Amino acid sequence: MAIKVEMPKLSDTMEEGVLAKWNIKEGDTVSAGDIIADVETDKATMEMEVFDSGTVLKLLVDEGDTIPLGGLVAVIGEPGEDISGLVSGGASAGASGATGAESGGESSASEAVSETANEGEAPDSAREAANEAATPDPASESFDPIFGGLGSGTTESSDAQSTTASASSVNGRVKASPLAKKVAAEKGVDLQSLQGSGPNGRVVIADVEKALAGGTTSPAAPAAQASTVSAPTSAPEPAPSPQPAAPVARPSSGSEKVKVSQMRKVIARRLSESKFTNPHFYVSVDVDMANVVAARGQLNQVSPVKISFNDIILKASALSLKKHPWVNGSWNETEMTIHHDVHIAFAVAVDEGLLTPVITHTDQKSLMEISAESKELAGLARDKKLQPQQMEGSTFTISNLGMFGIDEFTAIINPPNAAILAVGGIRDEAVVKDGAIVPGKRLKLTLSSDHRIVDGAKAAEYLNELKHMLENPLAMML
Amino acid sequence: MTKEAIFTPVGKAAAELASPKQNGKKETSLFEKAVDLPEPTTATPAKLGLKKGQLLEMFESMVLQRRFEERAMQMYQKGKFGGFLHLYIGQEAVSTGTTAALKDDDDIITAYRDHGWGLVRGVSAREGMAELFGKATGCSKGKGGSMHFANVEEHYWGGYGIVGGHIPLGGGLAFANKYKDLDRVTTCFMGDGAVDQGALHETMNMAQLWKLPIMFIVENNGYAMGTATRRHSTGELWERALGYGMKHRVVNGMDVLSVYEAMKEMAADVRKDSMPWFVEIRTYRYRGHSMSDPQKYRDKDEMEEFQSLDPIERLKTVLLDKKMATQKAIDTIYEKVEEEVMDAIEFADNSPFPEESALYEDMFSEPNPVFHK
Amino acid sequence: MAELQFREALRQAIDEEMARDENVFIMGEEVSEYNGAYKVTEGLLETYGFKRVIDTPIAELGFAGIGVGAAMNGLRPIIEFMTFNFAVLAADQIINHASKAKYMLGGQVSVPIVFRGPNASAGQLGATHSVAYESMYAHFPGIKVINPSEPGDAKGLLKSAIRDNDTVLFMESEQMYGLKGDVNEDPEHLIPIGKAAVKREGSDVTLVTHGKIYHTVVKAANELAKDGIEAEIVDLRSVKPLDMDTVIASIKKTHRCVVVDEAHPFAGTAAEVGYLLQRDAFDELDAPVVRVTLPDVSAPFSKSLFDAWFPSVKDVVDGAKQVLYKS
Repeated sequence: MAIKVEMPKLSDTMEEGVLAKWNIKEGDTVSAGDIIADVETDKATMEMEVFDSGTVLKLLVDEGDTIPLGGLVAVIGEPGEDISGLVSGGASAGASGATGAESGGESSASEAVSETANEGEAPDSAREAANEAATPDPASESFDPIFGGLGSGTTESSDAQSTTASASSVNGRVKASPLAKKVAAEKGVDLQSLQGSGPNGRVVIADVEKALAGGTTSPAAPAAQASTVSAPTSAPEPAPSPQPAAPVARPSSGSEKVKVSQMRKVIARRLSESKFTNPHFYVSVDVDMANVVAARGQLNQVSPVKISFNDIILKASALSLKKHPWVNGSWNETEMTIHHDVHIAFAVAVDEGLLTPVITHTDQKSLMEISAESKELAGLARDKKLQPQQMEGSTFTISNLGMFGIDEFTAIINPPNAAILAVGGIRDEAVVKDGAIVPGKRLKLTLSSDHRIVDGAKAAEYLNELKHMLENPLAMML
Repeated sequence: MTKEAIFTPVGKAAAELASPKQNGKKETSLFEKAVDLPEPTTATPAKLGLKKGQLLEMFESMVLQRRFEERAMQMYQKGKFGGFLHLYIGQEAVSTGTTAALKDDDDIITAYRDHGWGLVRGVSAREGMAELFGKATGCSKGKGGSMHFANVEEHYWGGYGIVGGHIPLGGGLAFANKYKDLDRVTTCFMGDGAVDQGALHETMNMAQLWKLPIMFIVENNGYAMGTATRRHSTGELWERALGYGMKHRVVNGMDVLSVYEAMKEMAADVRKDSMPWFVEIRTYRYRGHSMSDPQKYRDKDEMEEFQSLDPIERLKTVLLDKKMATQKAIDTIYEKVEEEVMDAIEFADNSPFPEESALYEDMFSEPNPVFHK
Repeated sequence: MAELQFREALRQAIDEEMARDENVFIMGEEVSEYNGAYKVTEGLLETYGFKRVIDTPIAELGFAGIGVGAAMNGLRPIIEFMTFNFAVLAADQIINHASKAKYMLGGQVSVPIVFRGPNASAGQLGATHSVAYESMYAHFPGIKVINPSEPGDAKGLLKSAIRDNDTVLFMESEQMYGLKGDVNEDPEHLIPIGKAAVKREGSDVTLVTHGKIYHTVVKAANELAKDGIEAEIVDLRSVKPLDMDTVIASIKKTHRCVVVDEAHPFAGTAAEVGYLLQRDAFDELDAPVVRVTLPDVSAPFSKSLFDAWFPSVKDVVDGAKQVLYKS
């Protein structure tokens, strides 16, 4: 019976060997224990021994060839034995070296070696395949990333995950001891409203207990709190923590505990995920709105529905997205999706928080259609009659706080979008035009982008496109 | 060649150390032979009380140890297992002659070159090969590997991996035997490299002082890893006994009958007197220290010289000369051993790896030990 | 109950266990004729003779290893080191053989052995006689490490150690041998290995400690009480297994922890307790865990330097105030 002679493992770390010198030739007789070749390993030149006796029927590699562990190098057996089954492909294996392990794979031993050699790869690629299968394709997601299950009774699982949302994580970091954080969360004490007495202003349990006992701590600042509560998507970036001021004895007005609604939990979870996972960066541009103001006046003289500035910004944003598709994309770890349709969501403030209805195919709709649709969706949102599918599938989001008297702000990206546009109010401002100071209309736009998919230059290009379109509104008609 | 050459080679040695290849072939050793074998015993098997059946068993055992390791090396080279693999090939007369001379409940402990010792003392070829493969069916459940073959039930306390570290354990085995008044002799084997370790000297001192029933036996195979005995240890190894006033003996380890004769006599003496022995058994290791040893420290002539004294061939000649076995019977033994070894490989290959739960087993004696997490 | 010195409590434990099981013997430097370097084994030679109370040469590696071999072969040795500072010479036997033999031979042997002796510093003994080794040995799997602070614990734990079927390191202190305390004289009274004890109850701060420096911690707790701070003292008694359940139960009460460890700071018992607290009791902590340890400096000889080196009552008080935000 013919016996395969394979490249042996001659050091702990050896993965392949160079057959430096043959001591035998075809037709020679060998005995178990004979040194048949010298092999250069990663460490030294070692002797290669044969473990069986017989006649050398075939040498399959040349001196100088590099052979992987387990690669077939020779066959020994009885003279005249048919070894075609063993060496078919084996010779080429020897010549090419690199494929030796595979072609030697007919024998169980070689299989074992090639298994070992592939250990690092096969499971990995299997894992990758499993990951791919398990990772949802954002384009095929059938739920809105923020309010996916709202109203359809599927938010139970997100409930369980949303308990970690806390004032400190959503509104910026508050230095507090773990115990103080835990008790504050349990008792509904807003850590931001406390002045820490520990090192570096750390809030410690004593501060929380003092607050609970109606101590000197002031309750949460209502105004600032209100804006963050009503529109977290467009929440201003965390303001610097209030500097500890000298404590002033003032009568406490106490505090109240507010039950966290489903919507709040979802907002907390989704926006925390977005803010802490997506690497946000921000670019701003100042837009001369004089032409838009004039154009809107003319449009509204002929349009049966009133066109708002927001409608115009929606339209202009959509058209700009068509030209800058990366901004209309999604990041999904293993791949990036560029959406060829433009579906823009816009944030609507409601009592408990905010909703983001979607105007599908925004780029293909007329200003009238956009106006009518946005009014209808906003009304449904405020009446809590928005259907889940009306909040699904956005590729980009716009948040407008202009009507709240905000000049500019930054917004948190609405996953899985790649970017969100924060729109301030139109300001009356003195501008220099042709050397003279004249009244002007200015608008600040700030784009928050996910740096994993949108780079700074891309964001800037997009924003300049949008600026150009708003400054030349006739371009929208092209 | 002078002994000072160990630190500052002079004369020819210095020249050869500086450019060993220049003079063509290197001398067998820069100094002397790897080991000087004493004359083998002149006693016939009959005079030693060895019957034909026993001799055939010893022969088969030696062939098994040899073939087991040759195939183990092949399996290692095929990548069937990793880690260390220190081969005993060439030294089989020591393990075989010793176990034949000892009683079954005499204790044996050794270092990491331990496959032969396992095979002569209750570790089957299957359990041994499975241990090499790291399988649950191995003699140490796959937790020890090549260096930690053991069969404690049959008084083979195992192989140990720290050079010299097991010598005090041997002293302790003997101490317990004496404490419990058990008529057992402990044989503590070590390589020539271990002779330089302090553990040996501390233990020899206490053994002589406390009259422990133990034999400290050096298997001097000529090299501590790659350093020749005469380059790592001063004087003769057996001379260590003189400082402790310990009985001592030098034995030809390439002749199983010589080992048998010496061990039989010394074991009887230990049993009678409860005084320790220091024994130097001179032998030769045909293979490298471990699998990745290119063996540049010795040359082929030396190897061939010792291979011409091969202990298996030597016993085979005795068997044939004394007409205790025919060539056919010898061939049958080789075939039987080959089958046994190939069966062991198949067994090891088909055996399961230890369950993951085994990771936490055998650390402590109690049923539910606490592990720090 | 009887009031006994620490050494008497240890002796009573050894005596009772030697009487109970003839496979138990004690071996070490000066344990026999000299009656023990610190008189722990005083009188045992008369009772048990030279066979079971054995003087060894000064050869820690050798006699520790003989103990390991004897334990494998059915005996229950108690190996006394004159100090654990000398046991470093036998570290190969403890770390490579006693703790590993069972595992590497697939469970074929057990090593029921106790290595015991004084550990850590004992005044001006200089750099090589003042090291605390408990966390070093606790690092290795297969070894239990006991370091009691009071005679009653010492007796009950040493008896458990001698009856344990695996390797146990039992650490004492030269400076505690004369310390008196209540000792349970019931020969079957055993204290389980790996169980901490709350030695003082308090609600403001938990002081975790073990071994000799426990007595410094007691003094610190008394000082703190003068300021109206009630400290709870957890005496670990065993370093491994480490009883974090008791520590965490106390932290849930006090929310503050100071670990007082008479060892160097790097990767010591204090570091381990601190890590486990942040992992398992994070939300219970009102302040970062503080440790009071020796500095990262060898023991000095000079009295003034030694006093600066060794953790003081004030160091512990300051640590407690730090976690109470009162420093």
